[in-house]
Amino acid sequence: MLGAAHDSRTLKLAAIGTAGGLFSGLFGVGGGAVMVPLLLLWLAYEERAAAATSLGAIAIVSAFAAGAQAIYGNVDVGDALLVGIPAVGGVLAGTWLQQRVPADAIAFAFSVLLVAAAIQLVLSS
Amino acid sequence: MILAALIGVLAGIASGLLGVGGGILFVPALTILLGHGQVEAEATSLLAIVPVALLGSWRQRAYGNLRIHDAAVMGVLSIAGVIAGVALANTLPERVLRIGFAVLLLNMARQLLLRGMAGRRRRLAA
Repeated sequence: MLGAAHDSRTLKLAAIGTAGGLFSGLFGVGGGAVMVPLLLLWLAYEERAAAATSLGAIAIVSAFAAGAQAIYGNVDVGDALLVGIPAVGGVLAGTWLQQRVPADAIAFAFSVLLVAAAIQLVLSS
Repeated sequence: MILAALIGVLAGIASGLLGVGGGILFVPALTILLGHGQVEAEATSLLAIVPVALLGSWRQRAYGNLRIHDAAVMGVLSIAGVIAGVALANTLPERVLRIGFAVLLLNMARQLLLRGMAGRRRRLAA
């Protein structure tokens, strides 16, 4: 019994990883948008643990996907550093901001930024 | 270039505060600001995500939120999906991929908006 439960749990994790990987490879994102809701739904994760655990998986998924894209010759390492290194600083700045700016204000600002980027992407395609 | 680095900072802030992967901002920064095609932008974004996700999950581990075994299982077993997704990205017409990504951006914006409104209601009620 215990073995079967363990297997079904591993199967669910495999399915979530596969779905996240597909999404990540297709869109160049981490795949958290797919993995977090599935962790909540299938494995009864609590929201914070789901986001954190998905982030851990994302580190591996993105490394795989970057490697696969490198085989196609699509990765620009210099530009990856140009946005990736400041982002590492941004993660640290986030903690500082968290104590000073309400999270909902930040969520609103980012949603505006994302809509602007979507419009620009469609117009330039 | 400076603007692209600035978007990088914003992507990191979003990742830390909102649990949004940096990729959602890296890809538009790489296409719109640095002139990459959609596929190159996606590929480059994936590499940029790695250090952000490593730092983020290391910090979450300190808070006790990271279930490292589950994360490793999902990550390692993602490989088939990753290969299929990357192959698809390299096969689909650039325009289709770009519009798909725009839909993804709009959906994420909608989710953030809903979250922001819920958070604001809670904050004002408190």
